[in-house]
Amino acid sequence: MVNPDRLRAPSPVGENKPRIDGREKVTGAAIFADDLQFGNALLYARIKRSPHPHALIKRLDISKARALPGVKAVVTGEDFLGYIGLYLQDRYIFCRDRVRYVGDPVAGVAATSEEIAHQALDLIEVEYEVLEPVLEPEYGASAQAPLLHPDLGKYGVANFIFPEAGTNLSNHFKIRKGDVDGTWEKCAAVIERRYWIPHIQHVPIEPHVAIAKMDEAGEITLWASSQSPFAQRSLIAQAMGISPSKMRVIAPFVGGGFGGKAGVSMEALAVAIASKVKGRPVKLLLTREEEFYTAFVRQGLVAYFKMGCDEKGRLLAMENKFYWDGGAYTEYGVNITRAAGYSSSGPYEVPNIKTDSYCVYTNHPVGGPMRGFGMPEMHAGLEQCIDELVQQIGMDGVEFRKINCLKTGSTLVTGSKMHPTGLLECIEKTAKAIGWGKKAPASAPNKRRGKGLALMWKAPAMPPNAGSSAWVELVEDGTLNLGVGGQDIGQGAFTVAAQMAAAALGVPYESVRIATPVDTRYSPYEWQTVASRLTWSMGNAIVNAAQDARRQILSTVAEAWEESPEDLDIVNGVVISFKSEKEIPLKNLVIYGLPKPDGQGWRGGPVVGRGNFMPTYVTGLDTETGQGERAVVHYTTGAQAVELEVDLETGRIEILKGVSAFDVGKAINPDLVKAQMEGGFVQGMSSALFENLQLQDGVVQNPSFVDYRIATTTDAPKDLQSFIVEVAQDDGPWGARGIGEHCMVPTIPAIANAIYDAIGIRFEGPPFTAEKVYLAMLDAGIVE
Amino acid sequence: MAFHKIYLTVNGKDEQVVVPSNMTLMCMVRESLALTGTKNGCSAGECGACTVLINGEPVNSCMVLAAECDGAEIVTVEGLASDQQLDPIQEAMIEAGAVQCGFCTPGVLISSRALLDRNPNPSEDEIREALVGNLCRCTGYVRIMDSVKAAARR
Repeated sequence: MVNPDRLRAPSPVGENKPRIDGREKVTGAAIFADDLQFGNALLYARIKRSPHPHALIKRLDISKARALPGVKAVVTGEDFLGYIGLYLQDRYIFCRDRVRYVGDPVAGVAATSEEIAHQALDLIEVEYEVLEPVLEPEYGASAQAPLLHPDLGKYGVANFIFPEAGTNLSNHFKIRKGDVDGTWEKCAAVIERRYWIPHIQHVPIEPHVAIAKMDEAGEITLWASSQSPFAQRSLIAQAMGISPSKMRVIAPFVGGGFGGKAGVSMEALAVAIASKVKGRPVKLLLTREEEFYTAFVRQGLVAYFKMGCDEKGRLLAMENKFYWDGGAYTEYGVNITRAAGYSSSGPYEVPNIKTDSYCVYTNHPVGGPMRGFGMPEMHAGLEQCIDELVQQIGMDGVEFRKINCLKTGSTLVTGSKMHPTGLLECIEKTAKAIGWGKKAPASAPNKRRGKGLALMWKAPAMPPNAGSSAWVELVEDGTLNLGVGGQDIGQGAFTVAAQMAAAALGVPYESVRIATPVDTRYSPYEWQTVASRLTWSMGNAIVNAAQDARRQILSTVAEAWEESPEDLDIVNGVVISFKSEKEIPLKNLVIYGLPKPDGQGWRGGPVVGRGNFMPTYVTGLDTETGQGERAVVHYTTGAQAVELEVDLETGRIEILKGVSAFDVGKAINPDLVKAQMEGGFVQGMSSALFENLQLQDGVVQNPSFVDYRIATTTDAPKDLQSFIVEVAQDDGPWGARGIGEHCMVPTIPAIANAIYDAIGIRFEGPPFTAEKVYLAMLDAGIVE
Repeated sequence: MAFHKIYLTVNGKDEQVVVPSNMTLMCMVRESLALTGTKNGCSAGECGACTVLINGEPVNSCMVLAAECDGAEIVTVEGLASDQQLDPIQEAMIEAGAVQCGFCTPGVLISSRALLDRNPNPSEDEIREALVGNLCRCTGYVRIMDSVKAAARR
């Protein structure tokens, strides 16, 4: 008899389950890469770095460093001739003839202690011939600029990236849609603006760390704080000239990634050095200072916008030019340029649009993926221009956005149609929660109060065929081990993975364990933990794996009970029959199978389910027009609004209230979704108010937490509200799509629009520091 | 390099450790005692990830020499729970969803414990003030502060 309570068991999907790694993380038991113990065999690596933004290496002498007692290896670029890079192979592991940014690695040392490794660096002699640097992307794009990568035309490159050999342009993405030039005269209002978004850094609290070891047979193991163990396997193996199967990457918990630990940055350095001291693990831990300028940074952006609308507020045309300050190597950054191009309309339907998005080599730190992948930078200016246009024609900002925003079926900038989207609902929820249209009085006579709102959209930016896989393995007690290759970098990927596996198989959430750490030898393949793609892509693989296991279980039981699998279900870890009302717990069959009657043998056996997922429908875009069938897998859309006060005496901005609404398709764990929205808001707020990697002659001036300020407890808004909108994604698990990055995309323009509302001033770019705001108020005569 | 033999209590246990003069308390805890819950975020006293209690006071352990801790009573994140029983602040952080990547969490927990020990009913401003030295890049702090309030109520 089936216990009726079983049928009332709620699905773990859509429930606020506690984090699967919560207890480990609050007790100090969670292991991060720097926590791994390697005993006395461990060697410590340090890197000799270029002090010049652009120079030729004329002489490099490592003999004195090699002779220092305790030094086990000193390597240079001449030891490793392979190129490395994700979308464009434009980097050596160590520089060879030329250095291209302050911090570029020219030699590496492994020694028996940190101190000796440091001493060895001082003994390495390098003579440079200093060259003129490129320190600004528009100049870099010009014909006058010195050429930073003379070999650009020879680099290996993905077939959707278009470098222009003989220039500093490593990608040029174009949109040509409709008739832009002929439309301006039809516009009732036109706005033209230039914005400058400075470099910032991801600032994970855990710095990059990698430990590498090569065994006597030449096989490599890399332990790293990594969002991308599989991509690292592939890219580092290729650069080292070995087969990927000889490269194993083990990735324990990641202490914050935000994109900075995606792809390959410093990990290849540790591997290269370790290859010269076989049998000994070599550890490279970036100092906080190195973290600021030698790991990936968020690239800077000079953006020109021109947009126009008719008298009814209908957007008619846009013309955008983006000059991305891609830095010394743009192996990853080239795709940010592309993503900004195919999203360059913002979340609006614009019939006529022309965009040029240029990835420009400069002698700045290496630009790479950061939470939002170009979208926060691009939306920062775009959503302010929308507000200015709205003001010109005397409309309401929310009304204008509701008219023009993407709806289900709208034509996108790339020519395809928008899938079902809840953007309109996001706008309405955000506007209502912030009290749009109602002006509240300032809290004190020396303050001015304002409100601002901004929209966003973002697609996962990745190769068209980025894949996921998963396995589930049942244990004697009926619980399951879930193998995934995606990483929990704090966003809660393991928790939602467990929820989805539990729901798809029919076991309680508490019965799922994630097979950690991710290990490329045992874990199933996952492209990378980036692009807010795991819940959707890895989720689909998990569902397929769980269903595979489920089929095996139900077929065994159906045979044993002489029933049809369609009449059976697995509920709360028990196989039940709706027909015969029999039931049997999973633990009774998932390893040893079930006996046939009368000692006639057995059926079934250990249950292992496997599943994968890869989008198969993404098409290329026309090189000249950027038009195509389907540029991306989907877009997550959303809106944010803020209310703030500007202190007239200090220029300090206080965010009183922040509101977020995003269409996540389906919230697998609503509480985790809201946690992303809150954390993303504050990270976006931090980038709006404080953050700027100050570059002077190519040198980062503020590589410390004292000089590079991020938001602290005293900055967090007192009132943060988050709304989940759920318009299902057709190919998402339970309809889900991503949310991790999106929640810091509209924050800069929402704050900028609120500042304008409060004091009537716009800035060319963030951060809106107290000093900058105060000086601008002085200039404008608002204060004396 | 001079070495020092020091005696101290760590998480209620008596320890005897030989440390070089230049070893920080953070290194000693992580390497000599293998208590890796204490995290190294900057080695410069700026991020708070390595916060431990020294005689009840929260301190950035990367800024203290181990040799100075002779006779001291140290509590690390591993010392908050006893016999499988989590400290109320640990429970509250799980329940409030105040943990994301977990790297700042040990330091946040120690600073919060210190606050609650000296002020069992802190105001919101007092919580903000007490945790201002613990940088977190994931959570936006709201849930961290909520969990301190929740733990105070227990």
